[in-house]
Amino acid sequence: MSETATTFERKRRGINLLMTSLTAVCAVFTIAVLVAILGYIGVRGISSLSIEFLTDTPKPVGEGGGIGNSILGSAIMTLLAAFIGLPVGIAAGVYLAEFGKNWFGNTVRFVADTLIGVPSIIIGIFVYTLVVLPMGRQSGFAGGLALAIIMIPIVARTTEEMIGLVPHSMREGALALGAPQWRVTWNIVLPAAASGIATGAMLAIARVTGETAPLLFTALNSRFYNYYLDQPMSSLTVQIFNYATGPFEVEHAMAWAATLLLVTLILVINILVRFFTRKRF
Amino acid sequence: MESKISVKNLDFFYGSNQALYDISLDIPEREVIAFIGPSGCGKSTFLRTLNRMNDTIASASVKGSVMMDGKNIYASGTDVVALRRRVGMVFQKSNPFPKSIFENVAYGIRINGIHSNKADLEERVERALKNAALWEEVKDRLNSSAFGLSGGQQQRLCIARALAVQPEVILMDEPASALDPIATQKIEELVVELKRDYTIVIVTHNMQQAARVSDRTAFFMLGKLVEFNPTQKMFTNPDEKLTEDYITGRFG
Repeated sequence: MSETATTFERKRRGINLLMTSLTAVCAVFTIAVLVAILGYIGVRGISSLSIEFLTDTPKPVGEGGGIGNSILGSAIMTLLAAFIGLPVGIAAGVYLAEFGKNWFGNTVRFVADTLIGVPSIIIGIFVYTLVVLPMGRQSGFAGGLALAIIMIPIVARTTEEMIGLVPHSMREGALALGAPQWRVTWNIVLPAAASGIATGAMLAIARVTGETAPLLFTALNSRFYNYYLDQPMSSLTVQIFNYATGPFEVEHAMAWAATLLLVTLILVINILVRFFTRKRF
Repeated sequence: MESKISVKNLDFFYGSNQALYDISLDIPEREVIAFIGPSGCGKSTFLRTLNRMNDTIASASVKGSVMMDGKNIYASGTDVVALRRRVGMVFQKSNPFPKSIFENVAYGIRINGIHSNKADLEERVERALKNAALWEEVKDRLNSSAFGLSGGQQQRLCIARALAVQPEVILMDEPASALDPIATQKIEELVVELKRDYTIVIVTHNMQQAARVSDRTAFFMLGKLVEFNPTQKMFTNPDEKLTEDYITGRFG
């Protein structure tokens, strides 16, 4: 009797040790890959980074050149995407959370979830057909629009989740004072969920900053500083793609440097998100 | 006797579950009415039918009538927002807004457009806080967050917030159940004080509290109104055996 118990116990401990080790190995592997990527990008990229590289426009091979116009283009298109995508996404999220417990809300929720899973290149083709073909050329506007379309479902769903976290008792408190529904949402629920919504918005911005495929179809690229939304516009990601696929070693080096910059930007946004969410707990 | 609220044959359902059965009772103006009964007996549900707070629950439905000043609040076309302004509510768990102390009290005044100017607003906030016996404790930190107050202070803030819109009736859903004896005593004194201007309905699990503050007491059980009598009579010589058993704690 006691012997079977010990065998059983030994087996249990053995399995426990095995499983813990397996998960630990997987965890280490995940971190290792991340560290390897970041480290490799850092090593390869840091040598080509310079003020000139960050401000200059691309030049013929051998004459130096930089990614200043790409940084500007990425900033313009991301801002445009945020300008279009955030209000629509947040408003849709508010609708889903506050009034969306019906068939229409469920449909929107399902469509948004599907849209989140759609490969971003398809969004690019969609905007290409919708905007680029009628306009006759690629443009910063089309690029920003494609990024906005990618943002909307992400922002809508995170906004809905954040609003869902606002305690029901707070809404009842306002309703009991004779507040109409829209005022409860506007004055009480939204401020209470604001930091969470901002977090979702920043994560969505970080996500689209790293998009390449939709911009290839829509914004294309440009060798110049371009401030006009109706002209093709450069972006960090597309410029990295161009440099990386070029035949020359100097171009590859510039691709690495630009990658380092892009990864750093996204890292900074993520750290900011962490910083702002930490306050709440 | 002039009734402020007159309930007739009220049935209440959560979906197909009936929670209240054929409740009828009259609530006189400027009195304190206590609702007592075991957990789940329907007293909170009934309280929430009086300002139609149950409307926020999708599956809820009501039969019967609740007359307030002679008008059925469940009649079609009733302005629920206006009704809730007249019938204020204080909840079991204090629920201040994530705003400053001042803005918490000012909120109801602002949304209902009651004040004429900034000075008037400030005066109304001060008066509400004084009526809720909170002014002395918060007057120097009106602009700090309401979450910095103690539990008892938060609950009095919620009372001040309800008073600020000058309702006619105040519903209180176990307002002192989460508070210590001293804070509870303050709330009870306040209830008695407020009776001069308001009709108050208070749900409580605390029998002594019902005896101390109320003029009349209603005893609920299993969704039915067992007895509704002046508090004095309820606690000394109730009509129903069931009431006596519950009040004296002889309950299986």
